[in-house]
Amino acid sequence: MSSENKILTTDGLPLEVSLKKAEKRNKIKAFLLVAPLLLFLLITYIFPIGEMFTRSIDDRMITNMLPKTFESMKKWDGKELPPEEVYRSFYEDYKILAEKKVHGKLGQRLNKEKNGFNSILKRLFRKVKSNQIDESKSIKEQIIKIHKHYRNVDYWRAIKRTAPPYTMNKYLKGMDMYLDEDGNVTQVSEDRRIHRILWLRTLEIALFVTIFCFLMGYPIAHLLATLPMKYSNLLMICVLLPFWTSLLVRTASWMILLQQQGLVNDFFVMIGLVADDSRPEMMYNKVGTYVAMTQILLPFMVLPLYSVMKTISPSLMRAGKSLGGTPFVAFWKVYFPLTIPGIGAGCLLVFILAIGYYITPALVGGASGTLISNQIAFHMKQTLDWSFASAMGLMLLTGVLVIYWIYNKLVGVDNIKLG
Amino acid sequence: MSKNPEFVKFDKVDKSYDGKVLVVKDLQLDIAEGEFITMLGPSGSGKTTCLMMLAGFETPTHGEILLDGNIISNIPPHKRGIGMVFQNYALFPHMTVYENLAFPLRVRKVEKDEIDKKVDKALSMVSLSGFETRMPAQLSGGQQQRVAVARALVFDPAVVLMDEPLGALDKNLRESMQYEIKHIHESIGVTVVYVTHDQSEALTMSNRIAVFNDGKVQQLSDPAELYEKPVNSFVAEFIGENNTFNGEVIDIDKDKCKVKLNNSEILANPISVKSKGEKTTVSLRPERALINPANKMDNMFTGKIEEVIYHGDHTRVRLNLLGSSEFILKVPNSTSNLELKVTEDIDIGWNSIDARALDPK
Repeated sequence: MSSENKILTTDGLPLEVSLKKAEKRNKIKAFLLVAPLLLFLLITYIFPIGEMFTRSIDDRMITNMLPKTFESMKKWDGKELPPEEVYRSFYEDYKILAEKKVHGKLGQRLNKEKNGFNSILKRLFRKVKSNQIDESKSIKEQIIKIHKHYRNVDYWRAIKRTAPPYTMNKYLKGMDMYLDEDGNVTQVSEDRRIHRILWLRTLEIALFVTIFCFLMGYPIAHLLATLPMKYSNLLMICVLLPFWTSLLVRTASWMILLQQQGLVNDFFVMIGLVADDSRPEMMYNKVGTYVAMTQILLPFMVLPLYSVMKTISPSLMRAGKSLGGTPFVAFWKVYFPLTIPGIGAGCLLVFILAIGYYITPALVGGASGTLISNQIAFHMKQTLDWSFASAMGLMLLTGVLVIYWIYNKLVGVDNIKLG
Repeated sequence: MSKNPEFVKFDKVDKSYDGKVLVVKDLQLDIAEGEFITMLGPSGSGKTTCLMMLAGFETPTHGEILLDGNIISNIPPHKRGIGMVFQNYALFPHMTVYENLAFPLRVRKVEKDEIDKKVDKALSMVSLSGFETRMPAQLSGGQQQRVAVARALVFDPAVVLMDEPLGALDKNLRESMQYEIKHIHESIGVTVVYVTHDQSEALTMSNRIAVFNDGKVQQLSDPAELYEKPVNSFVAEFIGENNTFNGEVIDIDKDKCKVKLNNSEILANPISVKSKGEKTTVSLRPERALINPANKMDNMFTGKIEEVIYHGDHTRVRLNLLGSSEFILKVPNSTSNLELKVTEDIDIGWNSIDARALDPK
């Protein structure tokens, strides 16, 4: 609309202005209503993710430990052994650390960068502690004498590499890669690539759990949507019952069922399917993870499907049949396309939940059935490498966002229906 | 080609859903080829069940349904070749109008050119040419309804079933659609079985009407006979308006009987009464009672006007007559209109042949 012929209200104000005025109160009211949620999200979601991110790339610990060293290293080109100045400032930094008794952390950190660093630092520490280093003479010569590695330029380059306050090392490690001494991204040797296996296994298990949930959930949802009320309510309770039971209890019940002396194996032996002395292992491997996760995540598939199927009029299938379609054609051409929004929602929900699943694989997964989330938990609780855990957590989050993006490109998020 | 008078035949069909109540009782109904037959009745009277049995979505508990002489009770719906228009149209929401119409042809493996031709023809029949690429949600209720009709006809079925297809439309649209469906039926000569609870719809469109109540066909006849000569008080009550008097037969001969009401006597036409002493309900159409009749009529009474309601084309007058204050008169709106005032007394007369003595209510 052109600006010349604006519509005016009776009091002479432009209609748009008037409308904005009238709606302002409602907008403020609406904002205040969602404000607590926004605040909650900010505190419990946005802020922790930001914190995780900084933690995962944070490398300031060493920067703060060796301020003088890094300052003097700026002029060093890293081709030959650093000049006396660098050795002196390193010695001065280390002395302060030794006095504060935090030199051990430096050793650990540098050892990650270059193997053997910790032991040569311990030698230095003994010299520093017993005041055997004469500050009036050349520090470089005295340090070089402590161990031959101090004459090796690689070790000094390793220190220089840690100078930037931020590092991508944790992310590379998460993908079984590292920066080599020349700063190139390199793969770790084949026998040490544990993370990549875990990522692939996580994707594989999430994918198959989604497929199993879909195959089992679709008929259930269809029954739920078409059965008369009194039966469908009962079935709904059956679907939801696991929802109301603790996750741990459900996982534990699967352990009872699946273990080698468990009910399922007993049954197999009883009907003669397997011999008593060769009971198959159904737990502490992928099978256990598949079975338990499928059961636990099934409601997340059934409910979105059900809510979509509920809206499909039964007369559509009848129309399909009366127009000459066989029951299969009527289902495939009429019913199924209409359930795609529910399939999308259910699969996305199950896949995203499965990809970050923790307790169930931890309990029934064993060595071959654990997922990346178990590795994250391991680093949070056992190695206390929180920055690595954060980095992997963020990689998982990025993966989920990528999947969401792909889904949006393929199906369109507007087509999701959760009910 | 001679028309088969028993093209569709319900032969002693019973239907029960729960094994306790019969929804359809011993239904015997023949539908001629090319006929437009309407199943009319209140909700729960079994009419839709009959339609569903014919379409194949319900199976008869007892008896057989025959189509063109063949028993179809064991044929699944998709092999019956019966077109159906559903109450809520049941257009496939994810397909365009063209795809909706092409569906029955595609499943029959009709060739692409042939499909185009047939869809074109069907759409022009319901005057929706040019709407091929629209989605059903982009159409108005009336247009959706027409697409549904076109889809049910596009594969040239022998019989088309319509289950209250106009129920969701507004009054004006419903009336114009009634004519449109009637004309389509006349032009292509397909057999139509139409279900409705709207009596005026049934009267306008059908060749014959089957009035259903309580799982039984109460009367099967053409619209005029149904209205003029209802055979029982349910039909009289259900089709059109009627004034009723409950009483007892005190005298009867071949074409007249005397019915004693509370404190008066009227003459009536004995339809379902046979002898003296029987209880009866006398039914009289409001338009058959005249005010100040010029000719002599054999029932003449005086009543008091209780209420006058102006309806545009006619005026409805409620009278207190023969002890009942529910007697309705329809006075056409003509230039020689009477001055009708509430509380005034007027003379009313009707012929005994129009007062039908039916079964007691």
